[in-house]
Amino acid sequence: MATTTALPPTATFRVWRGEGAQAGFQDYTTPISDGMVVLDAVHGIQADQAHDLACRWNCKAGKCGSCSAEIDGKPRLMCMTRLNQLDLTKPVTVEPMRAFPHVRDLVTDVSWNYRVKQRIQKFTPRSPDAPDGTWRMQQADIDRVQEFRKCIECFLCQDTCHVLRDHMKHEEFIGPRFLTYVAALEMHPLDTADRTAELKQADGIGYCNITKCCTTVCPEGIHITDNAIIPLKERVADRFYDPLKALVRLVRGTPAK
Amino acid sequence: MASFESHEHDVLIIGAGGAGLRAAIEAAASGVRVGLVCKSLLGKAHTVMAEGGAAAAMGHVDDRDNWKVHFADTMRGGQYVNNARMAELHAKEAPDRIRELEAWGAVFDRTPDGRILQRNFGGHRYPRLAHVGDRTGLEMIRTLQDHAIHLGIDVHMEVTVIALLKDGARVVGAFAYDRERGRFRVFRARAIVLATGGVGRAFSITSNSWEYTADGQTLAYNAGAALQDMEFVQFHPTGMVWPPSVKGILVTEGVRGEGGVLRNKEGKRFMFGDIPANYKSQTADNEEEGWRYTQGDKNARRPPELLTRDHVARCIMREVRAGRGSPHGGVFLDISWIKERLPNGAEHIRKKLPSMYHQFKQLADIDITKEPMEVGPTTHYIMGGIRVDADSQMTDVPGLFAAGECAVGLHGANRLGGNSLSDLLVFGRRAGKYAAEFAKQQVPGRIDAAEVDGIAKRSLECFERGADGEGPYHVQHDLQTMMQDHVGIVRKESEMQEALVKLIALRKRAEKAGAVGNREYNPAWHTAMDLGNLITISEAITRSAIDRKESRGGHFRDDFPEKDPAAARFNVVVRKGADGAMHLTREPIPPLTKELAQIIEEEK
Repeated sequence: MATTTALPPTATFRVWRGEGAQAGFQDYTTPISDGMVVLDAVHGIQADQAHDLACRWNCKAGKCGSCSAEIDGKPRLMCMTRLNQLDLTKPVTVEPMRAFPHVRDLVTDVSWNYRVKQRIQKFTPRSPDAPDGTWRMQQADIDRVQEFRKCIECFLCQDTCHVLRDHMKHEEFIGPRFLTYVAALEMHPLDTADRTAELKQADGIGYCNITKCCTTVCPEGIHITDNAIIPLKERVADRFYDPLKALVRLVRGTPAK
Repeated sequence: MASFESHEHDVLIIGAGGAGLRAAIEAAASGVRVGLVCKSLLGKAHTVMAEGGAAAAMGHVDDRDNWKVHFADTMRGGQYVNNARMAELHAKEAPDRIRELEAWGAVFDRTPDGRILQRNFGGHRYPRLAHVGDRTGLEMIRTLQDHAIHLGIDVHMEVTVIALLKDGARVVGAFAYDRERGRFRVFRARAIVLATGGVGRAFSITSNSWEYTADGQTLAYNAGAALQDMEFVQFHPTGMVWPPSVKGILVTEGVRGEGGVLRNKEGKRFMFGDIPANYKSQTADNEEEGWRYTQGDKNARRPPELLTRDHVARCIMREVRAGRGSPHGGVFLDISWIKERLPNGAEHIRKKLPSMYHQFKQLADIDITKEPMEVGPTTHYIMGGIRVDADSQMTDVPGLFAAGECAVGLHGANRLGGNSLSDLLVFGRRAGKYAAEFAKQQVPGRIDAAEVDGIAKRSLECFERGADGEGPYHVQHDLQTMMQDHVGIVRKESEMQEALVKLIALRKRAEKAGAVGNREYNPAWHTAMDLGNLITISEAITRSAIDRKESRGGHFRDDFPEKDPAAARFNVVVRKGADGAMHLTREPIPPLTKELAQIIEEEK
């Protein structure tokens, strides 16, 4: 999308400021130039008008996933959102992610994500294939796992997911990021652990009703719903809801696990 | 002091990039209590930005490779002022460190026979970089992170350490603040590992993020440790130059490894015109041979685009200065031309360089499968740093260890691409291991409450000045511009002397900077506190650069453009004197062992 429309000399940003009940929007008009991204504008505002404006950022190249925010209502990385992709005739709103507790200005408390990851059964490789302790894997067998491992943990998928954002099921549902994480482990050619039961119970995969919002906002273009979540749902369905298997289990008296 | 939140660990690791995480894993595995301090959130450190790969002589693609060749390449690239013992340990241990990552879940690209694939990179004789497309750093940090979280390590996210605390000669703790609430924290520890990365924020054009403010180097310097080789700063040849807001963002050397070529505005591949004597025998003298090398022909020599970073960066500067540059002050880096040679060229580029494709498409409206990129040098890495023992990574200060970019030794005057990720693993592990061993032998130290109270008081002074003080961002900006102009890629005595004078003025401004608002997640306050570190390290870089009156590796002097053989025999070292001033000495480089000298001779 090579847009070459010249930018106006300034633009107005409606930035979420403050904390708790006192927080609200504040408008800042700042000079802009060719090629700028929203994070540049936020930095400009910080340097000249609001020194204590809080925001997270690191790499400024879409690789670390720190500067997640909601820009004109859409969950995006500030460092990868070019100003020429936005409607600058009206103020551009910049808000923190709404699915997590607010800290201050554009910063939210994302620590829940770190706690969730820690709960998931860790990578458990099979014994090495070669006497020197190494494994053999074909590229074709790892392509799909590599797609999931592109995740930069920006948590925009978590932010947009209605199960978390609107229904606040943080205790019962791990969200698209961590379903993708489980998929990366489950589909890892070397991994031997079985996470199907935890997917059904602790991870709450049933809450996902595949609206694909997560896939839409993923800055890495990971096909979260189609490639990660749906195959996992199939594994759960196969284990727990297959009528034939249920009959066999009933006869044998062995519960599914 | 009683009011400060306090934590006790056997080993405290400051910095949670590759080196810090690897150190934490090793220390935790040996049974000690480990605390890990991250300046940002876990998994966001600069390692995540590393693109090309991790160098390890596994010989999967070319079985002529082995640790000796890797060692010799590292020494040649570093222009022989490296710590040879570190280069030896690194070359020997890197393969095991990479294999270990696989056991922890890393998924590297594969060879046809299912082993870890390795790619070509500048200064490496054989394809040596284990990689995952062009996002190797992400794979590495995520693997380490996901492994570390199950080891019982206490992770302190978004915490910045502002001072090390000593009991006599020994380091026994650290003083820090948390970003979220702005509260101070005291860490008691029996050993501390610094793994804080680099100093890129001292320059205006840099690939480094806000975090890289020389924290570890300054903490160590203030605690009495020696800093060495600070004149050797790596300006990576290929950073983005347009649009202005992305200036400095890295373009991986992997582009050249995959066949990308550098051209000036006349369309000439200028790198063929300037091949240093010590690389002549290993470098292709025609385009055809260079292409064959990138495609895995073992009989071909590498194209001159894959010469070392210091050299390529200078050649680019020369083209730009001679008026042969691209429209925005860089040169052209073209990978799209490989479509002439490969039937599915565009697809191949997207597959091998996905994040580069992404980055240019989104940030510059450039499709790299169709048109060339514009690139120019960007401050990327510092070879110099905290002096450590090669085997244990302990500094001159008992109980204080350092690993990764903030330490010195492995890379000499110029780091080879790919040697950083392996450096983090090899020496991160060593630092963790020896710090844990050291910690086990210590009794707890005593922390001086008055000292801690004094530091807390001083670090809040910028709030008292508030809006009456100068904005910290402006001071930082002026420092960066000054260092870029005076102590950048091309240096000379008069400009650097001027820099020393300007640094005095900048320090005065920094001491009077003000922060508005309160202590909760206030970047103005954080920036004000980082300024002191940046200025101290800028002074160390400038003084060291003035003292080295020759050109070598990343250090290029317009007034001394040649290498001086006599200068290959010493390292420049700075220490903080009892008077508080910076003292500089030249310290002789110990002679090579017979075995290592012979390897260098054989691999010439």
